[in-house]
Amino acid sequence: MHSEPLLLYLILLPFMGSIFAALLPTNARNAEAWLAGFVTITTLFIVAYLHPWVADGGVARYAIEWLPELGLNFTLRLDGFAWMFSILITGIGFLVVLYARYYMSPKDPVPRFFSFLLAFMGAMQGMVISGNLICLAIFWELTSIFSFLLIGYWHHNATARDSARMALIITGTGGLCLFAGLIIIGHIVGSYELDDVLVAGDKIRQHDLYTLALLLILMGALTKSAQFPFHFWLPNAMSAPTPVSAYLHSATMVKAGVFLLARFWPVMSGTDEWFFIVGLAGMSTLLLGAFFAIFQQDLKGLLAYSTISHLGLITTLLSLGSPLAAVAAIFHMINHATFKASLFMAAGIIDHEAGTRDMRKLSGLFSFLPITATLAMVASAAMAGVPLLNGFLSKEMFFSETLEQHRASLLDGVAPYAATIASAFAVTYSIRFIHTVFFGAKPANLPRKPHEPPRWMRLPIEFLVLVCLIVGIIPGLTIGPYLHTAVVSVLGERTPEYSLAVWHGINTPLIMSVVALTSGILFYLALRKYLAQGLDGPPVIRSFKGKRIFEQILVTISWRWARWIETHFGTQRLQPQLRLVVFIAFAAGFWPFYTANYHFNLPVFADIDPIFALVWCIGIACALGAAYQAKYHRLAALILMSGAGLVTCITFIWFSAPDLALTQLLVEIVTTILILLGLRWLPKRREIVFKDTLTDHIRRYRDFFLAAACGGGMAMIAYITMTSPLPSSISSYFLEHAYPKGGGTNVVNVILVDFRGFDTFGEITVLGIVALSIFALLRRFRPAPDSIEIPEQQRIQNAYDKAHADREDGETVRDYLKVASVIMQWMFPCIILLAAYLFLRGHDLPGGGFAAGITMATGFLLLYIAGGTRWMEDRLHMLPMRWIAFGLLLAVLTGMGSWLIGFPFLTSYFQYMEVPFIGKIPIATALLFDLGVFALVVGATALILIALAHQSIRSHRSRTTETTKREENT
Amino acid sequence: MELILSLGIGVLVGSGTWLLFRPRTYQVIIGLALLSYAINLFIFSMGRLTVNAPPVIQPGTEIDPAAFADPIPQALVLTAIVIGFATTALFLVVLLATRGLTGTDHVDGKEDDR
Repeated sequence: MHSEPLLLYLILLPFMGSIFAALLPTNARNAEAWLAGFVTITTLFIVAYLHPWVADGGVARYAIEWLPELGLNFTLRLDGFAWMFSILITGIGFLVVLYARYYMSPKDPVPRFFSFLLAFMGAMQGMVISGNLICLAIFWELTSIFSFLLIGYWHHNATARDSARMALIITGTGGLCLFAGLIIIGHIVGSYELDDVLVAGDKIRQHDLYTLALLLILMGALTKSAQFPFHFWLPNAMSAPTPVSAYLHSATMVKAGVFLLARFWPVMSGTDEWFFIVGLAGMSTLLLGAFFAIFQQDLKGLLAYSTISHLGLITTLLSLGSPLAAVAAIFHMINHATFKASLFMAAGIIDHEAGTRDMRKLSGLFSFLPITATLAMVASAAMAGVPLLNGFLSKEMFFSETLEQHRASLLDGVAPYAATIASAFAVTYSIRFIHTVFFGAKPANLPRKPHEPPRWMRLPIEFLVLVCLIVGIIPGLTIGPYLHTAVVSVLGERTPEYSLAVWHGINTPLIMSVVALTSGILFYLALRKYLAQGLDGPPVIRSFKGKRIFEQILVTISWRWARWIETHFGTQRLQPQLRLVVFIAFAAGFWPFYTANYHFNLPVFADIDPIFALVWCIGIACALGAAYQAKYHRLAALILMSGAGLVTCITFIWFSAPDLALTQLLVEIVTTILILLGLRWLPKRREIVFKDTLTDHIRRYRDFFLAAACGGGMAMIAYITMTSPLPSSISSYFLEHAYPKGGGTNVVNVILVDFRGFDTFGEITVLGIVALSIFALLRRFRPAPDSIEIPEQQRIQNAYDKAHADREDGETVRDYLKVASVIMQWMFPCIILLAAYLFLRGHDLPGGGFAAGITMATGFLLLYIAGGTRWMEDRLHMLPMRWIAFGLLLAVLTGMGSWLIGFPFLTSYFQYMEVPFIGKIPIATALLFDLGVFALVVGATALILIALAHQSIRSHRSRTTETTKREENT
Repeated sequence: MELILSLGIGVLVGSGTWLLFRPRTYQVIIGLALLSYAINLFIFSMGRLTVNAPPVIQPGTEIDPAAFADPIPQALVLTAIVIGFATTALFLVVLLATRGLTGTDHVDGKEDDR
């Protein structure tokens, strides 16, 4: 098999495994473990198989085009460094799965656990082999999200929830900063491809935005790798299940930060900014982490702070900017992952077997867990940097690097001392871990009687400790070539000469190691009495908790500030909001006017058509009248509004837009009917003269001036645009090609159903959705109490019937439109014919699906008005929702039909056909599409109006139930 | 002609905006309807005003695009009219539902405290 597509499987396999794992039943512990084990080991084998491609500085690439125009592709890129990380992710992943099988209790919902774990693995794997900065940022955020889910796995536990949230907020914020930083890098380089970025080092470092990009990227890396002052989320994340801690918080996720630093090391390091920011963060983390670790009472807390400190060590190494330091950093990433993962697993076994991980309760466990204890001791020795173990090698390299002068500064001078002190602290906490837990008096009051764990649970630790030993003793033969591959892929031509030998002779680093070891032991002895007090946390600054500060900041931002902004700038009232929106819109429209000099043509009064002017005088009067009357005289306002609508319609026809005029006229009719139907449910309002206060006057004048300003501004814009020449547009294309390509002579209709058919498709979908929403809203409609009574006119008419002996009850109401209704019923077939006519001519002459649809709906409506809802529905149930469904389906199928013959969606085909008596009619697929439009418009319009009309029947029913209830009560 | 139409658009926008600021839902719906007339006319006028030249072509003849009204604003406005009807309807139903639920036709769902 070709190598490159295999890269995709490195990501796909874990994610697919994750989905599959989520589907298994809750108690399928073994099946889950087998599945996860299979996925991880297969991915591990794929990674191992890919080694030949990355050896000797080679790079395996695989790209899927996504948005090539924007330079955004899904690129995967595996080089030696990424390969090494992939081995760590998949290898330790496999060991963790094996361990988790025995660690997780049968009561825990394991599908969730393995599903998240595999998904996390996929995200991490994607992060390390991303060849595109945007992909990298996305996978980076995915690791944050899955780590959130994993930390909060025991979500019944409040601490777990809080810790998960804290980790997500900190690493997620960092991730967003990183995203911004990567975008800046992409902007500087002109490409988001990692390959291009890695060769553009000089360009990036000399760019003005370098410092900003560096700060943002460092925010991402330092938060993820829990560097000071963002370190506090990591110890809290220890409320996750131990396999998660062993995997995420020692070997993989927290390594993402230093991975990123190393990844961008060739292009971003070597500047003063890099050296000071990264160096300061790294060195303070190195020291503080190690110091805090000594005073932890929780086993995992100790390991967490130790992890922070070791990550600080790696960061410090990367800050130095020398190639040898980078080699040491990469080497230490591997070493730390191996010994820390095994230590976490050992801590998990102790917790699992003894029932607690509080060091105040644990002691003398050696006799119960001899093998685990031995393994833990070897791993701790590696952590402390004892010779013949892997931790020693990278620590020696670190020491010798701190001795070098990199940049003449205080930070550089302090480095060797800080390194030695931190290393001594590491010895202290390692001894404390071993001595407290495994030696001393026999444990008392343990929740459980400890014993050795199952064989397979211990196997991962055994394997990792073996690796520590082998690498520590014969580094050159084992890790050497692989480390070299990783180093070459990061450093390229700058790869220095380095030696992995255990023995370098007696030199300063060795002396520093000896000093650290002895002073570490002495420090432990000196501290024993203090530690025996059982106080949690470091002395003096114990009460200074990062977590508490974080929570206070969170409360301030998300509660106090939010509240303050809400009370000061928020309103629940619509009117101020609308005023603000309108004002901003006005300002936005006014600004370009003010800044750009528009040429204002003086109006020419000579070419004004007096009739048109008269028409608009009526239109203007109608608009003003509607505005004036809308409060107390709703019907008058509605009629005046329709007057303005008619003037609009006349304007359309005047200026050569027959299609618009037709549609406007028809829509005007249905809108009027619609609002008439609604009027019945509005409260009565009699004109009462209020005594207006001064505030009312001010408010009204302010509204008036704002409205007048908007109107005046709009008139200005319209006038200036209309009198300036028309720039060349794509209209000529449509005019020239409407007939040859669309087969229609009515260009507007051809644009709607053919050229821009997809837009129209979207619009009819919206129409359908609106109609259904209205239908759904009205199903739960409850009229206000004062509108339930039958309307006043009907009451008067009924009273009239009662008063006259010769009239039946309800006769007047029934017959009040007798003549008109007969005519309306007779008109129904004529309207159908008119709709068909409008529909068929639409492609060539004004008309089309929209106009025909509304006409048809008006026909149905007239029947409703003529006969009443009951009469109509006894005879003809039109089922508007079926019309909508049919129309939408027809439009989609017509569009999809073009796929069958290999053309894109909605490509149309046309032909003319001779039909007897009617003549030549166009038979285009666009006609079918237009039929879909027609059906949908009929359905939607009818559904809206009928649903509203039905309310009077329903309220009649509710009136009846009300009356019966009242009678039952009395 | 341009002057008349732009004055008309201005008055429609002014009346519509004035009604938007009013407290009663019915006033707002009338305001929105007036505004939508104005906006449709405005978009339509972006193709400039042409008299007696609807964009209906004669097949087989040489087509001079300058001799026809601009079809693009017309196509845009045509769908805008229909969508405008749909939103008016939706707003009407929402206002009726609010009126049923809250018992008032004030835009805030409760009467002004005055």
